[in-house]
Amino acid sequence: MAGASGERGRTGGKPSEDGSTLGMKIEQLSAFYGDFKALTDVSMDIQANKVTALIGPSGCGKSTYIRCLNRMHEVIPGAHAEGHVRLGDEDIYDKSMDPVKIRRRIGMVFQKPNPFSKSIYENVAWGARINGYKGDMAELVERSLKQAALWEEVKDRLKASGLGLSGGQQQRLCIARTLAVEPEVILMDEPASALDPVSTQKIEDTMEQLKQSYTVVIVTHNMQQAARISDYTGFFYIENMGDPGRLWEFDETEKMFSNPDRKETEDYVTGRFG
Amino acid sequence: MSQSSTEVARQSKPEDGGTYTTSVGVRHGFDRIFTLLLLVATCVGLVVLAVLLVDVALDGVPELDWQFITNFPSVIPEKAGILPALVGSLWLLALTSLFSVPLGIGAAVYLEEYAPDNWLTRLIEVNISNLAGVPSIVYGLLALGVFVQLLGGLTGGRSILSGSLALSLLILPIIIIATREALRTIPDTVREGGYALGATQWEVIRGHLLPMALPGALTGVILALSRAIGETAPLIVVGAAAYVTFLPAGPRDRFTAMPILIFDWVREAQEEYQLLAAAGIVVLMGVLILTNSFAIWLRNRYQRRY
Repeated sequence: MAGASGERGRTGGKPSEDGSTLGMKIEQLSAFYGDFKALTDVSMDIQANKVTALIGPSGCGKSTYIRCLNRMHEVIPGAHAEGHVRLGDEDIYDKSMDPVKIRRRIGMVFQKPNPFSKSIYENVAWGARINGYKGDMAELVERSLKQAALWEEVKDRLKASGLGLSGGQQQRLCIARTLAVEPEVILMDEPASALDPVSTQKIEDTMEQLKQSYTVVIVTHNMQQAARISDYTGFFYIENMGDPGRLWEFDETEKMFSNPDRKETEDYVTGRFG
Repeated sequence: MSQSSTEVARQSKPEDGGTYTTSVGVRHGFDRIFTLLLLVATCVGLVVLAVLLVDVALDGVPELDWQFITNFPSVIPEKAGILPALVGSLWLLALTSLFSVPLGIGAAVYLEEYAPDNWLTRLIEVNISNLAGVPSIVYGLLALGVFVQLLGGLTGGRSILSGSLALSLLILPIIIIATREALRTIPDTVREGGYALGATQWEVIRGHLLPMALPGALTGVILALSRAIGETAPLIVVGAAAYVTFLPAGPRDRFTAMPILIFDWVREAQEEYQLLAAAGIVVLMGVLILTNSFAIWLRNRYQRRY
């Protein structure tokens, strides 16, 4: 059942029948920008087929953390991470692991929509093509756009430029292209923060659908959003300026927002500080 | 004291008692003066260029006929033609493009996307900028020593190959710099989007960065080839003759080029040779416009896409 060094992705071109996917287990993850330690000793269990939200004040390492989960952090020159991040039972930071293969299995949607300078069709197809997709590409594109709740709006203009879409549509296009390479986990770094409320609602609805087939991790500044859509929540915090960020508390969302264990968590979720 | 509402924004009381001047007439005046000066600066360049071109065209176009293009140079001005020089220049253009474009774009991609940010890379960058300013005759001397003499067995000595290698070295920095600038304007979010889908660095470069950088790179290529086609000094040093009686058949053959023939004609005392030179210039400009148009068309094709 186990694939070799990150080979295993889903086969057959469709989400697996029972919708099951992999969870992640993070152990003692620390992240650095050069010598500066931005994140220290984070350990977390991310449940499969659930939405996990990461909240906390600005600058406490949430974005750094999520980028470590698919080894995008190390793309920045001088940046590195230490610790273990397991996808299923494989440590993605193991020496034998190829980051290129990891990033296909753990996809990412960025804060500011960044569709490619290509047609809508090509935006979705490109990732699948370079990953060697053999099959009906048009069908894959349609399926991905439908999963991202964008198909109805663009089905008549697939050859139009991806950059001509509105912000909310562009972000859904980015979700569609991530889905087209059939990841197991989808990471979202504040995906709706640059969007208007209507687009935000559409994206949140999409996430509700997505968790049936994927594991979703989302960083958000919007606590109401976290409370609405997530199953689990992690609160990040820094005590003093210049300290590395750490995971302060992690629990089921209901508990985190109604009866958290730690004072700082409670202060944050009740809005006593932002 | 009444003032119109456009004159004074608000009656503020700054602590140091300072005030603003309300009249903007003088400021608008300066605005107009400088706009005019900039316009004049532009026009001077354009007018001079237009005068030169018109003057050359008036002298040269009457001389231009099919005979002129297909004849060899001759001591008899009526029978003189530009054929071997035209063919030589076209050969040079083709070979120079072949060498300089892939090398230039490749070097730029390496420096911009792959090279680590260390002292060696910075040294290379500084030197490329410097090389862009080296006088062309120096490249000619370099080519004479390396391509003509040292590698003479390979290149055929004073051949088109040596000439085009000299020109390629000359224009390489222009292409590298233009392509690097084009790559720099591509935001990192494009690269991130590619990596996040599980793409390798080369896949991101080939799939996104090169297509997006192509318009800028082609602008550099246009500028570079325009320069190459007009260069005379390095070709003379490498050994292009003015009067040749044959057409080059291969890259290792001896050759001549249009700027050299034009230069030679200009130096003749007789009036007829001046007119021939003018006609030669018209042909040279024609080749230049054709080449540039092709490159511009290619650039537009990639620009219009998205």
